[in-house]
Amino acid sequence: MTDKSSSYKPGDVNGEKPPAITRRDAIVVAGAALLATGVPLLGQTTVPSSPGIPPDPTKVQGRVPTDLGQRSTFENPRRFVFRALPSGESGTPLQHLRGIVTPSDLHFERHHGGIPAIDPTKYTLLIHGMCERPLKFSLDDLKRFPSVSRIHFIECSGNGVSLGPRTDREQTPQQTDGLLSTSEWTGVPLALLFKEVGISPGAKWFLAEGSDAARMTRSIPVEKAFDDAMIAYSQNGEAIRPEQGYPARLLLPGWEGNSNVKWIQRIEIGDTPWMTREETSKYTDPLANGTARQFSFVMDCKSLITFPAYPNVLSSGWWDVTGLAWSGRGKVARVEVSTDRGRSWEDAELQAPVLSKCTTRFRYLWKYGGGEAYLMSRATDETGYVQPTHAELVAARGPGTFYHHNDIRCWKVESDGHVFFATEI
Amino acid sequence: MRPRRAIALSVLVVAGIAAAARPFLHQRQYPPRFGFGRAATAEEIRRADTDVRPDGHGLPHDSGTVAAGEVVYKQRCVGCHGATGVEGPFNKLVGRMPGDSFNFARDPKLLPLRTIGSYWPYATTLYDYVNRAMPFDSPGSLKPREVYSVVAYLLNRNGIISATAVMDEHTLPAVVMPSRNKFVPDDRRGGREIR
Repeated sequence: MTDKSSSYKPGDVNGEKPPAITRRDAIVVAGAALLATGVPLLGQTTVPSSPGIPPDPTKVQGRVPTDLGQRSTFENPRRFVFRALPSGESGTPLQHLRGIVTPSDLHFERHHGGIPAIDPTKYTLLIHGMCERPLKFSLDDLKRFPSVSRIHFIECSGNGVSLGPRTDREQTPQQTDGLLSTSEWTGVPLALLFKEVGISPGAKWFLAEGSDAARMTRSIPVEKAFDDAMIAYSQNGEAIRPEQGYPARLLLPGWEGNSNVKWIQRIEIGDTPWMTREETSKYTDPLANGTARQFSFVMDCKSLITFPAYPNVLSSGWWDVTGLAWSGRGKVARVEVSTDRGRSWEDAELQAPVLSKCTTRFRYLWKYGGGEAYLMSRATDETGYVQPTHAELVAARGPGTFYHHNDIRCWKVESDGHVFFATEI
Repeated sequence: MRPRRAIALSVLVVAGIAAAARPFLHQRQYPPRFGFGRAATAEEIRRADTDVRPDGHGLPHDSGTVAAGEVVYKQRCVGCHGATGVEGPFNKLVGRMPGDSFNFARDPKLLPLRTIGSYWPYATTLYDYVNRAMPFDSPGSLKPREVYSVVAYLLNRNGIISATAVMDEHTLPAVVMPSRNKFVPDDRRGGREIR
């Protein structure tokens, strides 16, 4: 998110209201209320019968098959639109998701020139520059190459910057860190395409260019192509959504979202970076020593508790604290949870599969005894990197640090069970 | 889940993870070339290849002046960037920090002050970006002369070139921006250290 000032608060540019409290939240709230009045078990609340819902579904025939499935009418997950602009963004409702894969229609968005409308039959990818044979590939050409499928997260490097001022305690996980999503991506390894054009031995960088109105452009080291980069055309089994780069995008596993150029139309191979606007004036990181870090591609290890969180209300008893952990450098090795503001930590359980450069689901069974509590998670990746505190990040980079905001988040449970984003941590 | 199914599934998962760990090009014997795609013509490449490097590679043979750039700016840019490049509502383009200090990490409030004069390390980036993505309501519609001119105007407004300077494919790459030496490579490496 490049265009916002530090005082920017999600929602106040376009007057967006936070997502409505959903049925799941309502059940938690209702459960707490029932507990308060002496009814013992959460989840035994009966939902009043709704129009079109028979009193007993076992006594009437149900719907017939249809050509396109839909969510239950009781489920209404929505992205949260931070700014409805061509250069705007929307966040994934992390608090309503389980597992690690993001439904494609809930994948976060961040655009630089809106979502282009592209006819796949006219789509081409041009690869030229330092190579023997500059080639133009149609979408069908790309799909003829041996494909690879991988499950990877994409995270905007600006994810979490709304935490900067840390003044708004009424923020959901979607609002604090919703610019994070995970999909199964299928495409052609970029290394195969570089072999096909006969990449020159002296090639060191390539320029990736999108076909949006921004012609979004980033310089990428060639080694990434021979590591794990791909030109992806499928997302969760079907064609990539227009918001994620239809019909094809660059996928750089573990690297900041904007470098995964969407709607990719051209790759130029060269020997130096182009120093585009995005990699100089925008996605760079000022440091306390009066310099700015450039080409800071990798997303460092991070985690977030997605439940319970604002606006849940907790009753005393057992709670399955759960969330996501991820690292752009490999696998998550460990996640610890603290319920006492970081004074003590215990290992959370990692849910298999634990994949490289992918979100890992963690969970921690917690008995809430009432009163105040502070829920925090802290992830460690396989390089030994430990998710830092906000104070540690600021000490390393300075208080003006903006992108790569991977510090430990905290949810404060008030003595009445109401959960808020802890602005004081 | 029955034990046999569980075993079968775990074998599948382990096999999948093992396959995923192999680098792309060693999964099987690939031919040297597949023969997919078609040769790109020189004309196709020429039309698509608009990018400009700091050494000036990619700049077209043309030129522009500060005075002509002011006309372009007033016609095409003020709606987003303000009458003098500081008013917004979108990115602030004009301004220098006192003494050309580069203390943007000191305070989040300084972020919007990352102007051309205070933060952009290369003048060529201005040409590349304006040419590809500006003006916002009609990207890529400016002619090379207009792009050179508006770039000259913005450099002049930022106190970097004189009002009589002419920007062309030779003079633009020679412009030394105030923040030219402020950028350092990423030194994060994973491991214990927080950077």
